[in-house]
Amino acid sequence: MKFLCVECDRQMQFEERQLPGDGTLAAAFRCPTCGRVVALLTNPMETQLVASLGVKIGGSTLPPQPMETVRGMVATGRDDAFDDGGETGEVRGPIWSSEARERLARVPNFVRGMVKRIYLDYARDRGIDEITPAVMDTARTELGLEGM
Amino acid sequence: MPLNIRTYRDLTEADRSGLVDQIVAQRRRVADRLATVRRVVAVLSGKGGVGKSFVTAGLARALARSGRAAGVLDADFNGPTAPQLLHLPVASCTSHDDVIEPLVSAEGVRCFSMAFLVEDGHPLAFRGPDTESFVWRGALEASALREFLADVAWGALDELLVDLPPGVQRFQELTELLPAPPAVLAVTIPTPESRDAVRRALRAAIDRKATPLGVVENMVDGPFAGSAADELAAEFGIPVLARVPFHPRDDVWEDIARSAL
Repeated sequence: MKFLCVECDRQMQFEERQLPGDGTLAAAFRCPTCGRVVALLTNPMETQLVASLGVKIGGSTLPPQPMETVRGMVATGRDDAFDDGGETGEVRGPIWSSEARERLARVPNFVRGMVKRIYLDYARDRGIDEITPAVMDTARTELGLEGM
Repeated sequence: MPLNIRTYRDLTEADRSGLVDQIVAQRRRVADRLATVRRVVAVLSGKGGVGKSFVTAGLARALARSGRAAGVLDADFNGPTAPQLLHLPVASCTSHDDVIEPLVSAEGVRCFSMAFLVEDGHPLAFRGPDTESFVWRGALEASALREFLADVAWGALDELLVDLPPGVQRFQELTELLPAPPAVLAVTIPTPESRDAVRRALRAAIDRKATPLGVVENMVDGPFAGSAADELAAEFGIPVLARVPFHPRDDVWEDIARSAL
């Protein structure tokens, strides 16, 4: 998928991704010559198709987690399918606000360990000391974590 | 006057949305993970109910008993049976930094299966829009196969047996993901119906440059009449590796493992 600014005859460049949380996705592309920005808006089915391929429009600054697609997408997962005891960041790292902990607790157990690790890696990567719901929201959009 | 629009292939600037790079990285990860696997063997038939999983498990157990490192990737996501056939209780899979550990049977077979992940008695269901799931479900299952290959710590294996579901779609996905075409072991029952289905699957495998090792005829002393294995062997110039009775002795698998793998 590429975008062409027909007027300038230039390939537009990915600028920003937004996930409104309703299963849709917005990706903005800017023309490097005239600065015009267009947004690609995908419907839930199109968003799901892209996610099903295990890729993220705009990429991700963190490496993929093992079985990220399966863990993020399976709706009938066993609660005890994964033992995430070996995850990093349990001893030292950012702390969780009580609101963030509550929100994390609502994530299905099948995927919770992975989601927790992603937020910890994200916060550690950016020198964030406390994970709050606002940090989670920003991370979700920046990392393209639809549904997490 | 139509607009003068360059084509997709004309646009060659770096793709900052990163999709192509991500696909390349996915393929590289599969290749890296399987670098310690001597051979991938796809067990296929194209036909349901002929005993692919039964043969896969029997062979894997025989390989392990003979001291060879064997793994089973249960690629039948909607009807996974490998754990039961390997006598593997379902347990939590340990997740490390960038891998998931397979479960290991008492005989030493390393296995990964959707049965470890999906709630007992429930179908494999995905999150997503309720309508038109046919559009993305196939892509999701292909991604699951990729993650089973790339994200499981298979380690050093002599043989990784991939237990395929009926049909050829999963086999085609497998060959697209692997760095080189797999070897193929075909399983049939004696009937002409099975022969015809396996013929199609073998043809698909050969079209994809896979190497057929031979054909195993299962359930030969039962109610099924026919000579599917002999006919397939003659047609494709491959050996009949074994004829497996309904209630085989364990040494049947040792014989096949010796001759085929």
